[in-house]
Amino acid sequence: MLIRKQADIRPSEITSEKNYLNRRAFIRAGALFGGSILAPPAISAVVPDERGARLAKVRKSSFSTDEAANSFEDITTYNNYYEFGTGKGDPYRNAQDFDPLPWTIEVEGHAEKTGTFDLEDFIKPFDLEERIYRMRCVEAWSMVIPWVGISLADVVKHFKPTSKAKYVAFETLNDRKRMPGVRRGSLDWPYREGLTIAEAVNPLPILAVGLYGQVLPNQNGAPIRLVVPWKYGFKGIKGIVRMRFTEKQPETSWNMAQPREYGFYANVNPNVDHPRWSQARERRIGAGIFASKQPTLMFNGYGEEVAHLYKGLDLRRNY
Amino acid sequence: MDTLTQVRRIWKPVVFLLCLVPALLVVTDAFELTGRLGANPIEEIQDRFGIWALRFIMVTLAVTPLRRITGWNWLARFRRMFGLFAFFYVLMHFLSWLILDQGILLSAILEDIVERPFITIGFIALLLLTALAATSTNAMRQRLGRRWQTLHYAVYLIAMLGVWHYWWQVKQDIREPLMYAIILAALLGARIIWSRAHKKKRRRAAHQIPQQS
Repeated sequence: MLIRKQADIRPSEITSEKNYLNRRAFIRAGALFGGSILAPPAISAVVPDERGARLAKVRKSSFSTDEAANSFEDITTYNNYYEFGTGKGDPYRNAQDFDPLPWTIEVEGHAEKTGTFDLEDFIKPFDLEERIYRMRCVEAWSMVIPWVGISLADVVKHFKPTSKAKYVAFETLNDRKRMPGVRRGSLDWPYREGLTIAEAVNPLPILAVGLYGQVLPNQNGAPIRLVVPWKYGFKGIKGIVRMRFTEKQPETSWNMAQPREYGFYANVNPNVDHPRWSQARERRIGAGIFASKQPTLMFNGYGEEVAHLYKGLDLRRNY
Repeated sequence: MDTLTQVRRIWKPVVFLLCLVPALLVVTDAFELTGRLGANPIEEIQDRFGIWALRFIMVTLAVTPLRRITGWNWLARFRRMFGLFAFFYVLMHFLSWLILDQGILLSAILEDIVERPFITIGFIALLLLTALAATSTNAMRQRLGRRWQTLHYAVYLIAMLGVWHYWWQVKQDIREPLMYAIILAALLGARIIWSRAHKKKRRRAAHQIPQQS
């Protein structure tokens, strides 16, 4: 693991690209050479470099809802991921050839530990947990999704933010070559999101690396994405390549695009409507053509865990 | 058979059936016979009816310019049919919103119509189009006389409201509503240019009369 104050060295300068890209084969060869019979083949990586591969050692979580989860098909064919197109079916179609690995994440800003980390090294210190969460999109539809991920609170604490760090900001990969939606525009790339430190160390948010016990599909934000279940879905930034601890509130993509319609907080709130549509009710995906909408819950039903974060804050103004 | 008989006996029934295909596909896709409606079928149904409504309005408005350019006067025979299909798809779009999306929940429907400008606009367009559909018969046309034409100029307003309604509900990517706005601008622009040219011609003709006498 590389630990540096400032990440001004690119990973390609540290390891030759060939060795870097072949490191999995290298590890595998090493494991074979070692002749460890006890070790199962999946031991080399927490997130295997293989589509649909099962994730090992996933713990259950008491934060999971017991509501019925949406089908794998619904969750993986109806997505908002503008880097792969603005239609709901575009990410499924356009992300098939995307190869997320190798992947690095840069950690920077007001923290004791900063640097560039390979995805494996980034995830390894933490336990994988299954979290079945409700997901409420700002467009007034919702799903129940069985994510697999690591606790964001653990990750944040691991990097030891300094007292100056008031927010944590994230950025998505901004790659014109691999992401057709980036070539076309529509948002100001890279996609940006952020949380207050208090929100980030709440036990609910996770960095998801899996879905339904498998490696996270590309269209859902592979290899690593944020999930904040009490906020509208657009806060759940996908394909994260950068994490920055900041003193000032970071700019966030939808807020930059339409400040009147999308705020920094974006907490699910049935009492504060989107300027163009009601947020009082939501359509549960998969409920069928004749199912009626269901009432939207304050903080998407996670008020017990998070309402205290917003005491004294005018949620009508801080939407 | 002369052209008009051919149009009436063969082409009108064929085009009529073709115009029904998008609606039929919604039904067969719902049963996954031809395709699928996806994870959010209600949204898909509404969107498809809505987009076809807009397309039929454009097709209806394209009839006259196309007739002028090509000189195919039989095209005019299809204009009312296209207009009525536009109304049909708008109505289906509205009904799928009313029944499937809102579940005929009156409070939510009224709130949406009053408080959501893009729905207000769509609703006004629907009311206007209903008036045009109701007065589309030959008998009504005769009864209304000159007022009929004035009333049916409302189609331009309806088309503008339709594009506006679409534009306003898009989240960020306005490419598609923009395309419809451009098509509509071209169709309306053609009419403005023609009517100016027409006026000029008439004025010239009016000047020439005394010289000839």
